[in-house]
Amino acid sequence: MSKLKYFIPVIAFVALALVLWRGLYLDPKELPSMLIDKPLPEFAMTTVEDSEISNADLPDSMFLLNVWGSYCLPCLVEHPTLMRLAEEGEIPVVGVNYKDRKELALDWLDTNGNPFEFSIYDDLGRLGIDLGVYGAPETYLVDGNGVIRYRHVAVLDEQVWQEVFEPAIAELNAESAP
Amino acid sequence: MEKPIAAVLCLATVLAALLAMQTGYAQVDTFEFETDEQQRRFRQLSDELRCPQCQNANLSGSSGGVAEDLRREIHRMIIEGMSNAEIEQFMFERYGDFIFYRPRLRSDTLLLWFGPLIFLVIGGVVAWTISRRARQTDAANTEQLDPNQQQRLDKLLKNGESRS
Repeated sequence: MSKLKYFIPVIAFVALALVLWRGLYLDPKELPSMLIDKPLPEFAMTTVEDSEISNADLPDSMFLLNVWGSYCLPCLVEHPTLMRLAEEGEIPVVGVNYKDRKELALDWLDTNGNPFEFSIYDDLGRLGIDLGVYGAPETYLVDGNGVIRYRHVAVLDEQVWQEVFEPAIAELNAESAP
Repeated sequence: MEKPIAAVLCLATVLAALLAMQTGYAQVDTFEFETDEQQRRFRQLSDELRCPQCQNANLSGSSGGVAEDLRREIHRMIIEGMSNAEIEQFMFERYGDFIFYRPRLRSDTLLLWFGPLIFLVIGGVVAWTISRRARQTDAANTEQLDPNQQQRLDKLLKNGESRS
């Protein structure tokens, strides 16, 4: 029994190594999302085309809220996916033009195509703060009741769509079906 | 031999100076406050809150877009008369615990707050046990020799003297 104590340092070392080993693979950039299962923040703003917009104008069905900016390179990477989703009518996409300039945003939409129902013009990042955004691109999955159900920080490409969003949407649909 | 030490000291001084300078690089904003107290609170809050975009910078030390927006929000809230607790709650609701350099005391942060204390206690107990045991061994060693041992010691000492 007393010999057991000689193993205490080894056991402690193994335990510490396991904890630190796991720590190596955690993403320190991943912030806990505070808004999951909470309603989308209230807003009364304008679109990049200057029409007035508020929560009432959002789609009644499930939709994506995509935070983008003309300065944002990864947004170009996910852009084809958003275009496809909108064109094939898979899910409506609403844009948040985050900390951008109106003329640059409009140019960007002209050049690359516009997948958005509309883009909320958030030049001061005020809506962004309420959403807890810390950089474009970010994509929120919002259900028909205007409640945020999922948040994806980073590029939403076809792979992410198939592996993350499609299952999440299927799960939400199954939840609301019965 | 002395030259490398001098060089190391010199390098250390330069590094320390650089480090000190870095923390001095605060973002200069042109926020206006009604009182010095408000300004002091602004500085305290933007020093204690962490920039969500960056890994290791507080709001006052970051030039990131979000940090800029959050400084503006803090300024607005201070002018509107919100308390520090209310402003921290506002930040928590949006960015969670990540935003705090000084995490809140909760059941799941207890280990974070008191873990070092626990390790200190463990270390203290271990150090105390070791030193107590050492003292006991010392005490055992100073005990009187039995006659046999004494005889042997005398013999050894005598041999040693005759040899020298």
